[in-house]
Amino acid sequence: MTITKETVSYVAHLARIQLNPRELEKLSGQLKDILDFINKLGKVDIKNVNPTSHILPINNVLRDDQPQESLSADKALENAPHQEGNFFVVPKIIE
Amino acid sequence: MNKVNLNELTAHELLGKLKKEQTTSEEILSILVKRIKEMDPKVKAYVRVDKSNGQTGHLSCQQAGGRQELAKGQTNLLKGIPVSIKDNICTEGYNTECCSKILEGFKPPYDATVIKKLKEAGALILDSKTNMDEFAFGSSTENSFFGPTHNPWNLDCVPGGSSGGSAAAVAADEAIWALGSDTGGSIRQPASFCGVVGLKPTYGRVSRYGLIAFASSLDQIGPITKDVRDNALLMNVIAAYDPKDSTSVDLKVPDYTKSLGNDIKGMKVAIPAEYFIEGLEAEVKHIVEEAVNKLKELGADYKRVSLPHTEYAVGVYYIIATAEASSNLARFDGVQYGFRSKKPKQSLIEMYKNTRGDGFGDEAKRRIILGTFALSHGYYDAYYLRALKVRTLIKQDFDRVFKEFDCIITPTSPTPAFKIGEKIEDPLKMYLSDIYTISANLAGIPAISIPCGFTKRGLPVGLQILAKPFNEELLFQLAYAYEQNTPWHTTKPKL
Repeated sequence: MTITKETVSYVAHLARIQLNPRELEKLSGQLKDILDFINKLGKVDIKNVNPTSHILPINNVLRDDQPQESLSADKALENAPHQEGNFFVVPKIIE
Repeated sequence: MNKVNLNELTAHELLGKLKKEQTTSEEILSILVKRIKEMDPKVKAYVRVDKSNGQTGHLSCQQAGGRQELAKGQTNLLKGIPVSIKDNICTEGYNTECCSKILEGFKPPYDATVIKKLKEAGALILDSKTNMDEFAFGSSTENSFFGPTHNPWNLDCVPGGSSGGSAAAVAADEAIWALGSDTGGSIRQPASFCGVVGLKPTYGRVSRYGLIAFASSLDQIGPITKDVRDNALLMNVIAAYDPKDSTSVDLKVPDYTKSLGNDIKGMKVAIPAEYFIEGLEAEVKHIVEEAVNKLKELGADYKRVSLPHTEYAVGVYYIIATAEASSNLARFDGVQYGFRSKKPKQSLIEMYKNTRGDGFGDEAKRRIILGTFALSHGYYDAYYLRALKVRTLIKQDFDRVFKEFDCIITPTSPTPAFKIGEKIEDPLKMYLSDIYTISANLAGIPAISIPCGFTKRGLPVGLQILAKPFNEELLFQLAYAYEQNTPWHTTKPKL
């Protein structure tokens, strides 16, 4: 299984990353090499093997439904590239 | 009287001096800052240091504001000692940018739990952060937005990565000690390249709350120090259950310094055959074998074992870690913090794409796209799911060996520090430099790298010790025994 330039371009779009043609060319070549290397995982016998997505059993950490201290709107907006009032300002979403 | 500079001492030595009132925290900080101003133009271990007019500029310390919590009788455990922090650990009100353009100017609204714990122990937090590969993506610190750090042992060489700044600062006595993070070797490999001690704790031992995430099932914060005792001391403070980190483990934290000095006679050490094959530089192999012989001299028994799935570790890692990274880095989109593209007349999606296209460096883009691909429809089973299954097999290899052995010993890296620029054009070559460190992250086990010698060209070589989950005490015990019977930890680079 290998990766084409078209696939890289589409995946970059899904990942919301703009690539110029030179970057797309270079990246496609590099990803092809990396995937070639990774493809040797195909040799491993994984029959009846369970996947490990987390090394420790993880559970949702719950607490009582009591209001606690949380981040103020001011603090949440402190780093915003563009803000107005209590809002993060972004380009128009709906035409 | 021979006056050793305060910045050249270990934290435990400085604590001794503070206790005897032979120095003050102000004096220690002042000498450290002086050293940083003198050396950092060459080493570049720190970022965003204001070097203008020889003034301290931004280089100062935050301190706990008065109230100090008593924790298990350990009051002011680290009082007065400055700690250097990697740029991906959040410090409230002080820039934390992961050495990336996309997070420029970011001042976190909260402290990471490890920072809170350090402050509670009275430590001083240096507000200039140490250099790193952007978002921890790298093994050389060459992927930093601020340029590479230079290895104090040879300024033409990389310090390793991604915690290269932290390791270099400690090696150059520009830091007393430091925190780094390790996802695939990012504490241990730079520690080995810089001749210092670096520990990746068991997954879940140290809180990840406030560590800007790379791969959530692999990341851990850990200490980078001049010697093993300092490493144990710092672990005493940062290791803890944290309800704010849902992957944090609720297990009592021992006093890690208690096992230092214990006899290692009869300790069963496993040497995995798969770590000593082609690709391992001959000099490194020889130095590591000498180290193993030293351990035998000190009473440990060793035997060759097999970890048969070793060769798949790098492949597994670069699927799982990049998949997790693609998810974790989705939040950097120019909306809430950091850099936003100022191209005119952008739609929202164009703003996202331009921000991320301009704001991320090449390696970040490479990993995010690879990760997105591995998770995408049609490829998920062949790549991501398969990698998760091979991960199980890698973990089982370790479980099997730990049934019979106390620990596993390997070289930390197949080579010593390479030259700046040597591997940067070949990502795959760069990825393979993590070959010995990656498995410990996949299996969640603790691992330490300690200096074990120098190559003929004067570059440090690191010895890696791995143990069962939550068995850091054993790592410290063995590492200390080796360290105290060898001269490496007192050797310093000539800068």
